[in-house]
Amino acid sequence: MTLLLNQIGRIAWRSVIRTARQPAAVIPPLTFPLMLMAVNSNGLRAATHLPGFPTKSFLDFFLPFSFIQGALFAATTAGTDLARDVDTGFLNRLALTPMRGAALLLGELGGAVALGALQAFVYLGVGLAFGVHFVTGIGGMATLLLLAILIALGWAAVGVLLALRAGTGEKVQSQFPLLFFLVFISSMNLPRNLIEVSWFRDLATINPVSYLIEGLRTLIIEGWNAQALALGFGVAILMILGALGGASIALNSRMERT
Amino acid sequence: MSGRGRSVALGLAHRQMTTLIKNPSLLFPPMLFPLMNFLAFAGGLSRLRHVPGFNYPGGYTAFQFVFVLLQSAAFGGVFMGFGIARDFENGFARRLLVAAPNRSGLIAGYALGALFRWSMVAAMLTIVALVAGMQIGGNGIDIFGLYGLAVIVNVVGILWASGIAMRFRTVQAAPLMQTPVFMLLFLAPVYVPLSLLQGWIHTVAKANPFTLLLEEGRGLLAGAPLHTASAFLIAFGLVGFFLVWSLRGLRSAERAG
Repeated sequence: MTLLLNQIGRIAWRSVIRTARQPAAVIPPLTFPLMLMAVNSNGLRAATHLPGFPTKSFLDFFLPFSFIQGALFAATTAGTDLARDVDTGFLNRLALTPMRGAALLLGELGGAVALGALQAFVYLGVGLAFGVHFVTGIGGMATLLLLAILIALGWAAVGVLLALRAGTGEKVQSQFPLLFFLVFISSMNLPRNLIEVSWFRDLATINPVSYLIEGLRTLIIEGWNAQALALGFGVAILMILGALGGASIALNSRMERT
Repeated sequence: MSGRGRSVALGLAHRQMTTLIKNPSLLFPPMLFPLMNFLAFAGGLSRLRHVPGFNYPGGYTAFQFVFVLLQSAAFGGVFMGFGIARDFENGFARRLLVAAPNRSGLIAGYALGALFRWSMVAAMLTIVALVAGMQIGGNGIDIFGLYGLAVIVNVVGILWASGIAMRFRTVQAAPLMQTPVFMLLFLAPVYVPLSLLQGWIHTVAKANPFTLLLEEGRGLLAGAPLHTASAFLIAFGLVGFFLVWSLRGLRSAERAG
């Protein structure tokens, strides 16, 4: 067990350092969601006049989307980095060492999780500085950070799965629009009960991303809604387990090929 | 443009089109993003038409269609800028600079390639919008005006991005091509009419030249154009300004050798 933890630690540290050394992998995931938050929270403020809209501040409503978007960027980083390891033969060389597959998978997520945690603190800080009010107080903020980091871990695991299946950075990048599509077809801009177009509302309802957003959102604008939180945490944990399970199978198959 | 410049432009445009047709991976992402935006905005936000003061006659699908059409046009140009930067990175653009008898034709060639790529996106977007029930209030001339405006936005996008690509000559300059365009587009009345924006974004949107193009595009689609002459004047003004920007970028690339 100690050996496994040691291996995870070493790969995770390499992943964190590699991420930190790439400004292009750190700055856009930090700034782009903030820009979108600034623009959309003002551009969509009129939506708060709709009957039944749950808050008077669109910034309060929209802040959770930044965490999801930032996590998706972090996933791109994790996926592209691992694909580069496959592409450059680092994974092949690693296969000759006693490194265990589980250590590689969990370690590769290190950079993305560190970036996800940094993003979560930045978004929360900026949100609070611009007047976001948490109805759940400090406990809600801590819970939101925990859920945000789990979501970042979940997306990063999806990135790792895609990288192991695709094997090149280019192919990983080309699959990310599909993940963005999932985020777009969700309750990111309006609560589901206010979405007028029925096919969009139905897609948003079966889309797990809606529950991630709503889990974060409930802590800001609604309160300790057990159902929304259970769904948010449940979807995040299922995402992590499902993606890591798939990645583990893909890793075994890739190792067999090498 | 001289005959030699025309042959350079057509030759390069042909190469861009062939590359695009042979590599679907270059074609689909630019097509997917406008479609995603359109579905998310027109589908997810249509309730906004019930906000007091929302008075666009064409419905929310048409309201969003114009934004996404112009956005896809601008980004169609920006995506071609990525291609130019890639051409510089792998040395192809330098060989083009040596071989082309009239180098200004290179910009025209890339612009034609961008127009070809965007025209496919525009066709797909229009079909999806019509299937989604978009109402068209304008007549043939209005619709021609709307697409004409979008073509000009596409040209402005490629002129801007080519200026950056030729100055920096690396794909790492991609955020520099993309981010200002993104900000310009989203600092306009994207989701609701200008009159419904409040606070700083209203002030910024009012001063943003893209707002006039967007509002005019929406007016043309609904058959109620308001300031067509001003919109086209601004659009052509932008083309003139960014043509100089792009040509100076070309000179910078020539100096770099």
